[in-house]
Amino acid sequence: MFEAAQQAYVNTYKGIAPDLPGGSVPWVRRVRDSGLSRFREIGFPTPGDEDWKYTNVRPIAKQSFAPALNGHNGIDFTQIEILKDNRLGSCRCVFVNGHFAPRLSNLDQLPRGVAVMSLSDALNHRADELENELGRCVPNKLHGFAALNTAFLADGAYIRVGPDCDLECPIELVYVSTGDGDQPQVSYPRNLAILDSGSRAVIMERYLSLGQGRYLTNAVTEIVARTSAQVDYYKLQEESTDAFHVGGLFVNQHRDSTVTTNNIAIGGAIARTDLHVTLNDVGARSNLNGLYIGMGRQHIDNHTQVDHRAASCTSSEFYKGVLSGRSRAVFHGRVVVHQDAQKTDAQQQNNNLLLSRDAEIDTKPQLEIYADDVKCSHGATIGQLDPNSIFYLQSRGIDETTARGLLTYAFANDVINRFAIESIRNELEHHLTRTLLHGKHVEAQA
Amino acid sequence: MLSINNLHATVAGNPILKGIDLEVGAGEVHAIMGPNGSGKSTLANVLAGRDGYDVTEGQVIYRDKNLLEFSVEERACEGIFVAFQYPVEIPGVSNLYLLKTALNSVRKHRGLNELTAVEFLKLIKEKIKLVEMKEEFLHRSVNEGFSGGEKKRNEILQLAVLEPALAILDETDSGLDIDALKVVANGVNSLRDAQRAIIVITHYQRLLDYIVPDKVHVLANGRVVKSGDRTLAFELEKHGYAWVAQDPNDAVAPSPGS
Repeated sequence: MFEAAQQAYVNTYKGIAPDLPGGSVPWVRRVRDSGLSRFREIGFPTPGDEDWKYTNVRPIAKQSFAPALNGHNGIDFTQIEILKDNRLGSCRCVFVNGHFAPRLSNLDQLPRGVAVMSLSDALNHRADELENELGRCVPNKLHGFAALNTAFLADGAYIRVGPDCDLECPIELVYVSTGDGDQPQVSYPRNLAILDSGSRAVIMERYLSLGQGRYLTNAVTEIVARTSAQVDYYKLQEESTDAFHVGGLFVNQHRDSTVTTNNIAIGGAIARTDLHVTLNDVGARSNLNGLYIGMGRQHIDNHTQVDHRAASCTSSEFYKGVLSGRSRAVFHGRVVVHQDAQKTDAQQQNNNLLLSRDAEIDTKPQLEIYADDVKCSHGATIGQLDPNSIFYLQSRGIDETTARGLLTYAFANDVINRFAIESIRNELEHHLTRTLLHGKHVEAQA
Repeated sequence: MLSINNLHATVAGNPILKGIDLEVGAGEVHAIMGPNGSGKSTLANVLAGRDGYDVTEGQVIYRDKNLLEFSVEERACEGIFVAFQYPVEIPGVSNLYLLKTALNSVRKHRGLNELTAVEFLKLIKEKIKLVEMKEEFLHRSVNEGFSGGEKKRNEILQLAVLEPALAILDETDSGLDIDALKVVANGVNSLRDAQRAIIVITHYQRLLDYIVPDKVHVLANGRVVKSGDRTLAFELEKHGYAWVAQDPNDAVAPSPGS
C-alpha cells in the first residue's frame, strides 16, 4: 500500500540526507540510514496492525509530504498569542516548520550545568556527546512514522540538565507550523532531554498552527531520567483541524526517578501520540496524565505503554476524553509487568464523556503481568452528562447550556488540576473555560 | 403567592398526585406532612419542573402566572427554590462557583447587575455564618464527600444566597442530628419575612418545633386530606397517619415518587 508515496520519501531522503545537520558524522548517517531502511521495511501502518486498528492513516499515507524548508515568507510572528509574552517565565526554544528560530527564542537565563540548544547545533558541534544517547529510547520496530522521523531527524531541542541541577524555569519548546507552500509539508521535530542524576526540570512542548493549511507534524521526543531525576513534562498539541500530527514520546527511567507526563491533545484532523515509558530500575515512578478533546470530525488517538522492568516501581495513569460532534478518539493503555518487577504498583484509569450521539471512543486497557507479587488495577468508563446534575444546576437558575458547559468543564478540569505548575494550570483552565464552558462543544450538543 | 388547583401528576405513567389543592400566601409558612408514598416529594419535584414528572390535570398559579409553562431555570429565576431531599454531588464544580453563577443568573433575570467577585465574596461570607459552615466548604466541589447534614446545610446556604420568594424544603430534616436540625431551622427562620413564603415538607413533627408553621396539611394518596394550624401536627404525632387517612390503604400505598 501507498508505494508511490513511500518511494517519494525514499527519493527525497537520497536527495537531502548528505546536507542535513551532522551529515558528515558517520554515526549520525548510520542512525538516519537505519531509520530509512526500517521505513522501507515496515512502511506506514494499516488497520491490519493491532495498534492501528481504530486509526486509519490512509489520509496521511496516501500523499507525499515535502520536507518543510527553513525560512518563511514574511509571516508576522507577533500574531502568535503565545509568543507575545512569557507568562511561564520559561526558557524558550521556538521552531518554525520544525526549524529552530533563534530570533524568536530566549535561551539567556540558563544556569550553569544546563544546556539547551537546537538539535542541529548539537549534531554539528557536539555530536560525540549525543552518540550513545540519540535514539536509545525509541523502540526498534515501532512504526513507519517513527522510522521516518529518525531518517529525517535534523532539528528540535537538545536538553541536558547536569547532575543535581535544579532548573527552576520551565523549558518551553514551541513548534509553530505555517501550513503554507504549494505542496503539503512535513516537519520532523526531534527532541532529546537527558536529566542526569539528582536533577530536576520542567519541560513543555507546544504544537500549534498559524492559519489553516494541511501539513504533517511527525515528532519524536526522548527523555532519559537518570537516578533520582525528576521531570515534569507537558505536551500541548493544539494544531489546526486541517493538520495531521503523529508524535512519539519515549521515556527511560532509572533508579528512584520520577517522571510525570501531562499529555493534552486538542488539535489536529488526525492526531496520534505513542507514549512509552520504561521503568528500568527500582523505585522509579511514572505519572501519566492525559486529556483529549475532540470535536467536528477530529480523530485523536493516544497509545500508552508502561514497561515495568524492575521491582518496586510505580505507575499511575489517568486519561480523560471529551468528544462532541462526529469526533472519534482511541485510548490504548498497555501495562507490561515483567517477570522481575515484583512489588509493582500500576494503576490506570480512562474516563470518557461523549457529548453527542455520533461521537465515538474506543478504549482498551491491556495489562500483561508476568510477576506474581504486584498491585495492578485499571478501569475505563464511557458516559454522558448526568441529567440529575443538569437539573440540579437548572433548579438554581442556571440555563441548560451553561449547566452542560459547566459540567463538561468540570470533567476535563479534573486532569488539569493534577498539573504541578500553577502557571500552566492557569493557562489550560483558561483554555477550557473558552472551549468547554462557553464554547462550541456545548453548542454542538443538542 | 402560590395557588395549586386540582393538580394531577404521574411518574412513569403511575398516578401519584390525584387532585392537590393548596393556597400559600406571602409571609406564610406551610407544612406538608404525610406518610411515605403520599406524594410529598412528587409535589416538590413537579413545582421544580423536573423531567419525568408529568402534570396530567389541574394548574399551578404562581404570582399570577402559569408556573407549569416555565422551564426549570425560569422557575428558579422567578423566585422558586427547592431544597432537595437528595442533593447531587458535582465533582469539579466548586460550591463558590455554583453559588456565584446561580446568583448572577437570577440577578440577570431580574434586571439587576451581576455581582463582581469582591461583592460576591463579601455576601457569601455573611451567608455562611447563617448555616455555621466553614469557609473551606466554599472551595470544595458541590456536595462531594459531604455528610448528609453538610449537604442539607449547603442547600440552606444556597437558599440564603438566592433569596427566593417561595422556598420549598423537601424533607430537609431527614438524616439530621438535633444540632444540625437547629442550625438548618435557624437558617430558615432568619429568612422568614412578609414577602416570602415557605413550604416545609416533612414526615415528622420534630422540625416544626423549630420552624413553626402557620398551616399544616396532611397529604395522603396524592391528595390533601386534612388542613389545620400547627396543632394538627401534634395530633398527627400522637395518633399516626392512619388517623387522617380516608382509606386504610393510603397509609401504605407504594409509590416511586416519594
